[in-house]
Amino acid sequence: MSLQLILFILFGAISAISAVLMITRSNALISALFLILNMAGLSGLYLTLNAQFIAVTQVIVYAGAIMVLFLFVIMLLKPEHEKYFSHQPKLKIFAFIIAFIVFMQLVFMIFVSHPAVGNNADAAASVHAGTIEEIGKQLYTNYVLPFEAAGYLLLAATIGAIVLAKKKFE
Amino acid sequence: MSVPIEYYLILSGFMFLVGVAGVLTRRNAIIVFMSIELMLNSANLTLVTFSSYMGNSAGQLFVFFVMTVAAAEAAVGLAIIIAIFRNKLTLNIDEINILKW
Repeated sequence: MSLQLILFILFGAISAISAVLMITRSNALISALFLILNMAGLSGLYLTLNAQFIAVTQVIVYAGAIMVLFLFVIMLLKPEHEKYFSHQPKLKIFAFIIAFIVFMQLVFMIFVSHPAVGNNADAAASVHAGTIEEIGKQLYTNYVLPFEAAGYLLLAATIGAIVLAKKKFE
Repeated sequence: MSVPIEYYLILSGFMFLVGVAGVLTRRNAIIVFMSIELMLNSANLTLVTFSSYMGNSAGQLFVFFVMTVAAAEAAVGLAIIIAIFRNKLTLNIDEINILKW
C-alpha cells in the first residue's frame, strides 16, 4: 500500500462517515460540527490530490467562514430537535432507496466507462497545476473577468443578506 | 498517482447522494441547507480529482469560483432563513409553505 492510498482511505473514511452522521443527527448543532469534520477530511483529500491551494482555501472559506455563519445562525435561532425516523418513515425509506439506486448507477457507470484519464497521470504536471503560483497566474490572466464578477457577486450577496435579514417582510 | 481515479469518483458520488438523501429526508431548513453544501463539496471533489489527474489547473479554478458562489449562497440563504423564522417562528419546511397555492 502506498502512502497516497493509506491517506485516501483515512480521509475518505472520515469524510464519508461524517457525511452520514451529519444527515442523521437530530441536533442541528451536532450536524454542523460533523459537516466541519467532513470538510476537514475533504481538505486532506485535496492534499493527496496535490491541490495545495484548494486544500487551504477549503479550510479557510468552508470550515472557517461558511460554517461559522451556519453555527451562528443555529445558535441564534435554536431550532427544535427532530426525531429522525419518527416522522413520515415511509417517505424517508423511499428517499434512501432512490439515493441507493442512483449511487449504484453511478458506480456502475464509473467502473464500466473507465474514465478517459487513466492512472498514468503525470505527477509533476499535477503538482505544478495545484501550486498557488499557477492558480494565481491563471486567475489574473485567463480568468480575470470571472474573478471580477465573483467580486461583484460577493458584494451583491453582502448587500442582499443585510437587506433580507434587516427588514420584516409581510 | 497510485490511487485509481475511480476511488475518488465513487467517494464523491457517495457524498453527493448522502447530500441528496439529507435534502429529501430532513425537515429542518438549516440541515437541508447544510446538505446542499455537502453536495457542492462533493462536486468540488470531482473537479479537483479530474484537474489533478489531467495535470491541468482549470478544474481547481472552477472550484475556487464554486467556493465564492457557495459563500454568497450561504450568506443570502441564511438571511432568508432568519427572515422566515422571524415571520413564522419555525424552521420546519413542511410549515413554511407561503409559496404554495
